[in-house]
Amino acid sequence: MKKPDDMKLIVKGKRLDGRKLDEIRPVKIEAGVLGRAIGSAYVEVGGTKVIAGVHGPRGVYPKYLEKQGRAILRVKYSMAPFSVNDRKRPGPDRRSVELSKMIKHALEPVIFFDEFPQLSIDLFVEVIQADAGTRAASIVAASVALADAGIPMRALVSSCAAGKIEGKIVLDLDGPEDNYGQADLPVAVIDGTEEISLLQLDGELNEKELKEAVQLAVSGCRVIHDKQKEALRRRYQ
Amino acid sequence: MTKDDKEDSKLVVPGEEIVSGLDYLVGAGTYRKGDKIYAKVIGLAKTSGRVVFVIPLNGIYMPKRGDYVIGEISYVSFSNWKVEINSPYDATLPISEIEEFVEKSADLSKYFKVGDLIFAGVVSVTEGKIVQLTMKDSKARKLYGGKVVNITPTKVPRLIGKAGTMINMIKDKTKCIISVGQNGRVWMKGEKENLATDAIALIDKFSHVNGLTDKVSEFLEKGDKNEKA
Repeated sequence: MKKPDDMKLIVKGKRLDGRKLDEIRPVKIEAGVLGRAIGSAYVEVGGTKVIAGVHGPRGVYPKYLEKQGRAILRVKYSMAPFSVNDRKRPGPDRRSVELSKMIKHALEPVIFFDEFPQLSIDLFVEVIQADAGTRAASIVAASVALADAGIPMRALVSSCAAGKIEGKIVLDLDGPEDNYGQADLPVAVIDGTEEISLLQLDGELNEKELKEAVQLAVSGCRVIHDKQKEALRRRYQ
Repeated sequence: MTKDDKEDSKLVVPGEEIVSGLDYLVGAGTYRKGDKIYAKVIGLAKTSGRVVFVIPLNGIYMPKRGDYVIGEISYVSFSNWKVEINSPYDATLPISEIEEFVEKSADLSKYFKVGDLIFAGVVSVTEGKIVQLTMKDSKARKLYGGKVVNITPTKVPRLIGKAGTMINMIKDKTKCIISVGQNGRVWMKGEKENLATDAIALIDKFSHVNGLTDKVSEFLEKGDKNEKA
């Protein structure tokens, strides 16, 4: 998207919404928000609002997807028609199929699949409002929902994006920054450590910038990881 | 709950370190990485002797040999019954596992028909998760009438309590006949079914709270008075 010529994304070291360069947007996480799903979570990262629900482990249909001796994870990411400014045409499209797969791959390394032979863990992520970073928010919501469902996991997966706007590396892009920025780098991290389970890059970064951006995104993931644990504990207090 | 338990149980989330050191053994709901033991599920971490384990706060029922379950007959075939046991895996009750003698080519629905409730034992669970039930057990029986409520399967031990304290208290106060299946189904019959249902719902909701027995006891006393008034 072309940036209007007079638009400045960084003014006096502060971003458009008043954040510092290495500051994430306000995060709100709540576990167990749905009554019908076995596990669920609601996540707000700035203007991005995501809800995730888990069904199962339950039987796999169609049967040919079933795996002997282990469970499978199925993810469906979708955006509500009212989640963006113009109406989003409902139903699956190229982008949501890709994101479903990304979320699945980001979460798969932490789940103990062998405890549920021949079953399926069905995860549904619904974007209610989009303001950049929906895949990161989806992963955050999904891993809290899975933990809430009592699914055995090695650890929680946290996710946060870093990016480049006006030549500077910044943490957690919002809508305008994502649209007019130079690069977007979503990162998912296992257990708040440096074990990365998702790394994508849209845009251009040189080696030094990439290292810096990854470091910054990982630090954002740590903040989110603490909030995820807190949200799960709050459910039982 | 005694004082020791209070100090012992701690709410943990997946990936949280419970203990460190090779003196401890890995129990249910935990895993070892290096010399530390971590939680796999959200639940209450406890140690019993050297074994560290986590009691999960949510989850499905996974059939285990030796469990007792409350099941509903879902299909009658010529040599067995299919039983729905509140688990992703269906269970089978073969004719060889019922008390009565079955005549050749008899209609099996004269013993159990679709929709009947049974309290049955689990005799075997294969690696492929084929579950076989038995009625040839002193505790197993067909359930007539009454009412069935569901609780989270992982909370069944809490509903029963230590050596059955909790469930006996409910039976005592509500004068209901109650059978608890390991699969999270509770069957009851009696005049104060509603009071028992509410008490069970209370346990389901507050299973992680310390001093639950007192809370339930108080609730039952109060409910008893309201009913009399």
